[in-house]
Amino acid sequence: MSRLPDPRPRPPEELEQLQEVWRQPGGWRLASAVNNTYVGVFYIGTALLFFVLAGILALLLRIQLAVPENDFLSQATYNQVFTMHGTMMMFLFAVPAVEAMGVYLLPNMQAARDLPFPRLSAYAFWAYAVGGLAFFCSLFFGLAPDGGWFMYPPLTSSEHSPGHNTDFWLLGIGFIEISAIAGAIEILVGVLRTRAPGMTLDKLPIYSWAMLVFAVMIVFGFPAVILGTALLEIERSFHWPFFIAEKGGDPLLWQHLFWFFGHPEVYIIFLPAAGFVSMILPTMCGTRLVAHRWVVLALVATGFIAFGVWVHHMFTTGLPKLSLSFFSAASMAVAVPSGIQVFAWIATIAKGRLRLTVPSLFVLGFLAIFTLGGLTGVMVAMVPFDGQTHDTFFVVAHFHYVLIGGMVFPLFAAFYYWAPTASRRALSERLGKWCFGLMFVGFNIAFFPQHVAGLMGMPRRVWTYPAELGWGWINMTSTVGAFILGLGALVFLIDLARNFRPFTGGNAGNVWNAGTLEWLPGGNYATRSIPIVTSLEPLWDQPDLAREVDEGRYYLPGAPTGRRETIVTSAIAAEPQYLMQMPGPGWPAVLAAWFTAAFFLLLTVKLVTPAMVCGVIALALVLRWMWDTDLGPAHPPVDIGGGIVLPVNCSGPMSHSWWAVVVLILVAGAVFASLLFSYFFLWTVSPDVWPAATGQALPGAEWPLAAAALLVLSSALVWWAGRRLEADGHWSVRLGLAAAAVALAAALAAELAGQRATGLSPTDSGYGAVVYMMAALQGLFVATLGIMALYTLARSLAGLLHRHRRATFDNTMLLWHYAVGQGLIALAVVHFGPRVL
Amino acid sequence: MRRHTFTRFAEALPAAVLAACSGPQSPLDAGSDEAAGIAILSWVMFAAAGLILVAVLALAAAAARAPAEQPRWATREGWVVAAGLVFPIVMLSALLAWGLSITGGGGGASSPPAAFRIAVAGEQWWWRVTYLGPDGSALFSTANELRLPIGQRVEVDLTSADVIHSFWVPGLAGKLDMIPGHVNTLPLVAGRAGTWRGQCAEYCGGAHALMAFTVTALPAPDFERWMAAQAAPAAEPDNAEGRRGRALFLASGCGACHAVRGTPASGTIGPDLTHVGGRPTIGAGLLPTQRGTLAAWIVDPGHLKPEVRMPPFPVFRGEDLRALAAWLESLR
Repeated sequence: MSRLPDPRPRPPEELEQLQEVWRQPGGWRLASAVNNTYVGVFYIGTALLFFVLAGILALLLRIQLAVPENDFLSQATYNQVFTMHGTMMMFLFAVPAVEAMGVYLLPNMQAARDLPFPRLSAYAFWAYAVGGLAFFCSLFFGLAPDGGWFMYPPLTSSEHSPGHNTDFWLLGIGFIEISAIAGAIEILVGVLRTRAPGMTLDKLPIYSWAMLVFAVMIVFGFPAVILGTALLEIERSFHWPFFIAEKGGDPLLWQHLFWFFGHPEVYIIFLPAAGFVSMILPTMCGTRLVAHRWVVLALVATGFIAFGVWVHHMFTTGLPKLSLSFFSAASMAVAVPSGIQVFAWIATIAKGRLRLTVPSLFVLGFLAIFTLGGLTGVMVAMVPFDGQTHDTFFVVAHFHYVLIGGMVFPLFAAFYYWAPTASRRALSERLGKWCFGLMFVGFNIAFFPQHVAGLMGMPRRVWTYPAELGWGWINMTSTVGAFILGLGALVFLIDLARNFRPFTGGNAGNVWNAGTLEWLPGGNYATRSIPIVTSLEPLWDQPDLAREVDEGRYYLPGAPTGRRETIVTSAIAAEPQYLMQMPGPGWPAVLAAWFTAAFFLLLTVKLVTPAMVCGVIALALVLRWMWDTDLGPAHPPVDIGGGIVLPVNCSGPMSHSWWAVVVLILVAGAVFASLLFSYFFLWTVSPDVWPAATGQALPGAEWPLAAAALLVLSSALVWWAGRRLEADGHWSVRLGLAAAAVALAAALAAELAGQRATGLSPTDSGYGAVVYMMAALQGLFVATLGIMALYTLARSLAGLLHRHRRATFDNTMLLWHYAVGQGLIALAVVHFGPRVL
Repeated sequence: MRRHTFTRFAEALPAAVLAACSGPQSPLDAGSDEAAGIAILSWVMFAAAGLILVAVLALAAAAARAPAEQPRWATREGWVVAAGLVFPIVMLSALLAWGLSITGGGGGASSPPAAFRIAVAGEQWWWRVTYLGPDGSALFSTANELRLPIGQRVEVDLTSADVIHSFWVPGLAGKLDMIPGHVNTLPLVAGRAGTWRGQCAEYCGGAHALMAFTVTALPAPDFERWMAAQAAPAAEPDNAEGRRGRALFLASGCGACHAVRGTPASGTIGPDLTHVGGRPTIGAGLLPTQRGTLAAWIVDPGHLKPEVRMPPFPVFRGEDLRALAAWLESLR
């Protein structure tokens, strides 16, 4: 490594080739771009669009509430508008916005040329954009959901909400959740595997840490709500009574699943924003972050504690005092890591000299608002206080302080701070100060009085209130504040229109004199060469670094394989491991997203046949896209400079795709764990519908034993096929896979046959529903693995599968073993449980 | 400009906070020991939070104005740990201990036995209230109002007939949800005479905003009189208009949904109307109980309360409508 920077002159055609390889398509073909800087900017722009749309809905709500007994919006419209406001702000703005910033910033901050799965980013973005817009348009047809953003059954059951409105929420949001998971896998593998050489974990920027915790939280938090939405949609469509009390379901099951996601969700939104602040403040103060390690620790601690607090949304549901005490304590504990960060930021301000730029102002505004939101958060964590303020405007005020203060203000700081990396011009300091002033003042006028409204007894989600309760003036104040806040946002849009000029091939450069790598000069290819990282703020510590990087004096100064490439590094020490070839612009991933969105939307309005057609087309496009992956050693090993020769592409446990499948398995495991929780939860709540009480016969032991044997056989066959692949025994591989697929399907058939033989039906009771749901989840894996097996066979027959090019097989194998494990556990729980417990 | 707005805002603040101390639906306007305990906890937390907020902002301001030479304290991690870790843990532990000591739920062993029980079921969008005898049998059914004897512990069994509702009388106690398949029990002890407004606190669809009720605490003798009156059947009408109203009620099928004890009307879908004229409100806190409001409600309840389950009865008009409303109003 000591031979870098390389002082020798670079060949003149090298830069030209690099530019050519990373050239973006022009005109309407821009939509086929997959590079993170492009997709990132589209993604951020779309999130901002939803912020504006949901903000306009908020203003409509505020007009309605401005005076008592108003009739600006009807009851039915108000109920749709507040549901859409909350849902869009959470699912279509907040999570996508921070994910989008991650897609845009992370590779630049880590000096990678792109994230490891560019087409997955593009797919996640387009699925979200198309699905989200269609979801929003449901408002214009009176079809928008009206059950509130947390959609509690039985209000949202088919009995009490028979229209399509609820289905729009369940399918629309379920689908956007999947897009969020795709993004999280991308970010997780990206943070761990595509870093600049030398960027060990202790030199990892705080923002990358925040996004790492963010992605892990999505991986474990979102599956609960994905399962929840699936259960509710299945209940609505097929009458499997998961949440219907008369049939042994329980409405509280939904609340547990929803809030197990819903509370971590708040930190999923906040942690990246805290990451912004920890990046911006050191630059604006011209000094390193004080207590860097404590801040990292605080981020990780928040990620853990956030999973232990969900029940504080259920303090008023009548839980035993012991549970209340535990969750009350945990909810207070989560304030501690935030406190550490707040004081670390203040210490950083004290240590350096704060320049009062627009990003600094937004950060200071954030500190003030978020601190108050945190303090009211401690209040509502107190069970007796929560009993009075839960579901009132006090809570509305609290979470707007936490979310707007904790996420929107840092996000605006981030827009102003990082705009110069994307745009030829920086945003205006003058307009920015107006924007900040209006937003800060407007925000406080809008939301501070809502604390008081709550303490005067005003519940949330009411479309009107009687004049004699004296809430009128306070609501009018709040409405005026909301419009001032909206005006601030408008000033920002004007600033964007006047000054934001992306995709012009150049940027404004390091205008703040920042120290991290995203401020290196570069183009679509990111940086000309990839530096060795030796500190947290390389640009401060190595004054010549920017010039040397741009002159190509570090790693990978060109495109040696003639394609887009980036260096894949080891997860902890960030040592270069191999060179990954990456895709350029292309339509399959983009179109697959469009057709996936169409599939879900058509399904929502019960147009089953067109939905299926779109689904098949989407699947075909995904397979087309996959066909170009798993390139194998397509090129001889490459000298990337500094005496390092890297292999091109990779199979096996070191491969980035292996890591992604492992993360996917964690997601699947979390879905399955949520289902196991549901099984035991319903059993605890309604033992009277379980076999011991009803006398319902269990299938004879021969059925589960046969199913288990078939599962084990199928895993063994896949293992054997893998061994034969090592010896290039192609026909053995093909036969092994095909036989394994048959065994896997037969195992499911045995389970279903066994249950049916007892006369159990999923619509009978909560027990029947959850037993068949176990099989249904297994069925999803059988179908997925069946397609993957066929695809792997096709690659084998096309000569694209051999012992040096086996990532496709390996990924299928990993998921296969997981599915077998899941199937065995499900069999044990369903058949062993009621016999033994 | 900004400072000016701030000043105004700061001046308006104390007034706003004081205004919150009162009101028929304010949790800080306590009518019971439980609500008073929570109110004290609230005020202490508001004061502490105010102090901490001011301290943090002052610290941030001092940090931003610090001279260019780095003050030595700022660069030390020690105070970040002290302020961010030790201070909150000490404060929060103390607060938690206090909070848990006044947390109800699960029924404390020390609480006295309940004088009697009331079953309240949330229904879209009204409250079915049934007073229970010592053996758990129903004494009588009413709607959208509770009356309690002062100083006696009453247990309210909360259930739901359809979706999730939440029973909340801020002046007397914190809220407790009404969940299908669950029975949650809320003890209530009114500390003084008075009437408090309660409202559904869990979004329950459609007219959730228009689902209120009242709780009135009475001295024991008054309460006993009220109980006896409620248990009695409806009084015979004492004039021709009343008799005409009752006849219309019975002939028009109103009894399919409503019960009026002492008449053949025995429906259970809607509220029991035996003593509807004596209730403070109709439509679940929507309007005061008067002849005019009753008439308007009968003709087109959906106009007053969108999505209400009762169909409109435009067939009643003129003399008929007046007679019907007069009879209902007379049912005290």
